[in-house]
Amino acid sequence: MKVLLPSPLESYTAGRREVAAQGATVDAVLRDLDARYPGIRFRMVDEQGAVRPHIRLFVNRAPERSLGAALAAGDELLVVAALSGG
Amino acid sequence: MAGIRVLVATRKGLFVLKSGRDRRRWSMDAPRFFGQIVHHAVLDPRDGRTLVAAVRAGHLGPTVFRSTDAGRAWREARVPPAFAPAPAGRQGESVGHVFWLAPGHADEPGRWYAGTSPPGLFTSDDGGESWSPVAGFNDHPDRRRWTGEPGEGPPDGATLHSVNVDPFDPAHLYIGLSAGGVFESRDRGATWTPLNAGCDAEFLPDPNAPYGHDPHCLRVHPAVRDVVYQQNHCGIYRLDRGANRWQRIGRNMPRTVGDIGFPMVLHPRDPDTAWVFPMDGTSVWPRTAVGGRPAVYGTRDAGRSWRRLDKGLPRAQAWHTVKRQAMGADPLDPVGLYFGTTSGEVWASFDEGAQWHCLCLHLPHVYAVEAACPA
Repeated sequence: MKVLLPSPLESYTAGRREVAAQGATVDAVLRDLDARYPGIRFRMVDEQGAVRPHIRLFVNRAPERSLGAALAAGDELLVVAALSGG
Repeated sequence: MAGIRVLVATRKGLFVLKSGRDRRRWSMDAPRFFGQIVHHAVLDPRDGRTLVAAVRAGHLGPTVFRSTDAGRAWREARVPPAFAPAPAGRQGESVGHVFWLAPGHADEPGRWYAGTSPPGLFTSDDGGESWSPVAGFNDHPDRRRWTGEPGEGPPDGATLHSVNVDPFDPAHLYIGLSAGGVFESRDRGATWTPLNAGCDAEFLPDPNAPYGHDPHCLRVHPAVRDVVYQQNHCGIYRLDRGANRWQRIGRNMPRTVGDIGFPMVLHPRDPDTAWVFPMDGTSVWPRTAVGGRPAVYGTRDAGRSWRRLDKGLPRAQAWHTVKRQAMGADPLDPVGLYFGTTSGEVWASFDEGAQWHCLCLHLPHVYAVEAACPA
């Protein structure tokens, strides 16, 4: 499935903002992504399994807050890094 | 030796100032981790080439990067500091940022310690590549009482800082909690004891409370056994072990200046010489240079007397702050002193404070300054 990443994470993917990963849930996709690009998941998900405060996830452009949400093969996961302030 | 490196950790990246050992001409590299918050960067004195940096981006979680070639190439830790997952049904903690990095004892190459916010202690035995929690502190039944409830403490979060390894005993650790106090362990972190007797805590109802104090920066002398100093929220102290009661040596500072501040810097060889950077701790605690006239104060007699050291520093209208990690010393003779300000200036003295020179202006808010000699 297609995963779209924000610029703060492109250092993990050699600059690629669109990558592929597999999994039946959001969590599984992020774990697969981490296997391909080590360290990337911990920047988005903390050690207790919570999505970090300035990370937003969208499945097929709809907001998704649950890492357990089911995904199908053709879905698209969009990761947004949302931060304000100087 | 290749010269001197001053590692300036800022709110927008890591800047490295370089000079030969004569400290006459300085240059600065392009920033590393540009745009990311670097809380601390430290060169391992045991090999002179391993660097470890605590990094986070505003958007992203905290991590640690390391270099094994004195900063030319950096790689992220394989396992950054992280609390243990909580048992099912209980709320766990997550590291907000890695705040303090400390190399381990000289006899334990590869060992590092990290202090975090919320207050946690972590260790690595492979040069910062993988980190694990120090359960003796992080899971201690009294930890929450020592550190306060989540949300309490400084605006950027309560921290575990000032991790010091006794240079004469690798099992003997000191830490500072803001707020919470100074604690020590004599068994590599398995058990902990408060070490705050003699320290004032004007904000605590019980003047003899065993913990709850607010050490800002604790330094164990690197060359002379059992000499410890701290700059506390409530004064400057020295502790000579054998005794377990801190002595407020800041009482000997000029009354118009006071003894409030953040950093504490020790002479690398002389246990009676130390430097502080006083801050305005009156009324609402502006925490800027006192009167807008920045000055380092130094003692050469274990705090019995203090001397103002401000030659070369701005004479007026300088309202910056020097944070607890933002002042340090190099190991040369005479000792070089360095400090960075919240307004992005880095100042240095190459004669132990007698004369100050501005090394650079216009950096981002400086969080930490470490001077070191790479191999």
